[in-house]
Amino acid sequence: MRTPSAAAAAPHADVAEGAAPRVMTVKQAINETLREEMGRDPTIIILGCDVGIRGNPFGVTKGLYEEFGAGRVLDTPISEAAIIGTSLGAAATGLRPIAEILFSDWITIGMDQLVNQVAKIRYMFGGAINVPLVIRAPVGAGGGQAAQHSQSFESWFSHVPGLQVVMPATPRDVKGLLRTAIRSDDPVLFFEHKRGYEIKGEVPDGEYTIPFGKAEIARAGSDVTVVTVSVMRHKAMTVAAELSADGIECEVIDPRTIYPFDYAAVLASVAKTHRLVVVHEANRRSGIGGEIVSQVVERAFDQLAAPPVIVAGLDVPMPYNRSLEALVIPDEARIRDAVLAVTARRT
Amino acid sequence: MAHRVTLSESCQAVEAFERDTLEPLQAPAGMTAEDQRDIYRRMRLIREFDTAVKGLWKRDFIYGLAHSYVAAEAIAVGACAALERTDYITSTHRGHGHTIAKGGDPRRMMAELMGRVDGYCGGKGGSMHIAAVDMGMLGATGIVGSAMPIAVGAGLTAKTLDRPFVTVCFHGDGATNQGVWHESVNLAAVWNLPVIFLCENNQWAISLPYDQAAKNPTVSDRAQGYGIPGVTVDGFNPFAVYRAVKEAAERARSGGGPTLIEARFYRYVGHFVADDERYRDTDCNILWERFDPIGRMATYLAESGLATPEWVADADAAAKAAVDDAIEFAKASPEPSAETLWDGLFSPEFMREQGISL
Repeated sequence: MRTPSAAAAAPHADVAEGAAPRVMTVKQAINETLREEMGRDPTIIILGCDVGIRGNPFGVTKGLYEEFGAGRVLDTPISEAAIIGTSLGAAATGLRPIAEILFSDWITIGMDQLVNQVAKIRYMFGGAINVPLVIRAPVGAGGGQAAQHSQSFESWFSHVPGLQVVMPATPRDVKGLLRTAIRSDDPVLFFEHKRGYEIKGEVPDGEYTIPFGKAEIARAGSDVTVVTVSVMRHKAMTVAAELSADGIECEVIDPRTIYPFDYAAVLASVAKTHRLVVVHEANRRSGIGGEIVSQVVERAFDQLAAPPVIVAGLDVPMPYNRSLEALVIPDEARIRDAVLAVTARRT
Repeated sequence: MAHRVTLSESCQAVEAFERDTLEPLQAPAGMTAEDQRDIYRRMRLIREFDTAVKGLWKRDFIYGLAHSYVAAEAIAVGACAALERTDYITSTHRGHGHTIAKGGDPRRMMAELMGRVDGYCGGKGGSMHIAAVDMGMLGATGIVGSAMPIAVGAGLTAKTLDRPFVTVCFHGDGATNQGVWHESVNLAAVWNLPVIFLCENNQWAISLPYDQAAKNPTVSDRAQGYGIPGVTVDGFNPFAVYRAVKEAAERARSGGGPTLIEARFYRYVGHFVADDERYRDTDCNILWERFDPIGRMATYLAESGLATPEWVADADAAAKAAVDDAIEFAKASPEPSAETLWDGLFSPEFMREQGISL
């Protein structure tokens, strides 16, 4: 019961040369990609809480219900396990579902389906089933949404063999990576940062895809490699611009996908800068930062001129209060301190 | 609170089963003699297969766990006889019976149980993840209740793409107390999907009797809570299961939505190959063995003049020969090489792109 591979029909192509860019928000980029892909492929459906008539609480799926109808944009009951498991069954039998979990924190309710079924079913059945399934979910804190609406779980899912984990930060990357995700024959967790929906950026015209496992050098620099996850890219870019005035040149690398992860890009950068800072919003303990640092230490220890530093969320549940919340989420000052710390012994 | 079932409680349960659920074997109108004999053949093949599995496990030819479908044969065979080749089924941790009933190849099944390359999953799944996707058998699962929403998803595909197939979701009574069971039945009901939830109520969640796991031990009553039809049938009787599934499938194909069928029987063998059954008095099992679906079917065929004792003996020998052949095939099949370790983790295209290999 293999479904034809749309991805195979349209090989990955990064942004075409000479395509005229437009400025749009991340939210608009997601919406436009969903619309374009649904128009292209009638087997694509969207399902989740509030995705239809309401158009998602952030407006991400606005207009799709009206355009494609209730049969392809399905408002579900509040049943996360059933949303994920039903999407798997649909994916295994000929649809390409895009499931939405209203807040990524609630993926936990469907964790058995995701970890024990979605991630493993192709392998368990010896490759006999394709799982062209995308699960979109907003991650991240910053808005007083407290402990159950603020988490970033990318390290949990990148730990599970069989899942792809995507965390783009710009409208251009969102469009290219979401298109790749939808055309993938393997399950993808597509994590969108709640505070990133309104970020604007240039998006090329036309149909383009961005391959998974290819980092983007957001800013080239010679003194320190700063690897960022999701919207931390933007904070790091602010810090990099400030420090440049002080004579410190950061190379900001956005891996864009957490699995597969572009270690080659990070290692190439560290070979040049000899210094590494990793920035992510998820709390530090057992976070992806630890894995990135361990890979660099294991593979390029001799290249390091200073101990790597991880800037991450603090290991507490997200507090509600605005000033307490701000203590937990990495900010520009902490990123700046980290860069200064790793560059302090510059010769 | 849980208590050990007494012999007198078991006697009462058997009496209640005889009074409320047991149905005499009577073929559905229009079912040919050959189709009826084929039901016997398939049930016997499952029995031979799972009987052999236990012995093979004890002699270490089968590495991991295996859960027997013995005593449940009438359910998978009766249900699948009522389905089309293009219909789907989802399975449980007792997937051998479902696979054979849906037309799976015993050779590839046995090879999978022995972890060999010619197994349905190339030796990656074993008994608990046996699948015959080419036959519409969407795979066994080691987690109770976890295939429920997968069946709903198959139903969603049928509805979205306007395809005529139905999906039978086999599950046990144990699954009915998982949260996802309720989410799935509700979703299929509210979306009116062509799914048949077939509960194989064997009355035991490993060591806990169902009437100690649910205040109302009639699974089909739960259908009312979701606004769908529900029925309890004799799970030792392939014709009873066939009729219920046939009716549910016709309703589902004509847009009538899902049905909950409870096929009630009794697991008079251990939970898995090594179960010592210390949680129950095995004398209770003997009370139920007289409902053995294969013995009943043999008697029925003889009494209705559809088969001679010689035919039954030949059919039994043929089933044994098929299983012996499957065992030889499996033993001759190579062990998977280390190079196959990563195969199937992702689609081949992704594996090539990412350079994933040993």
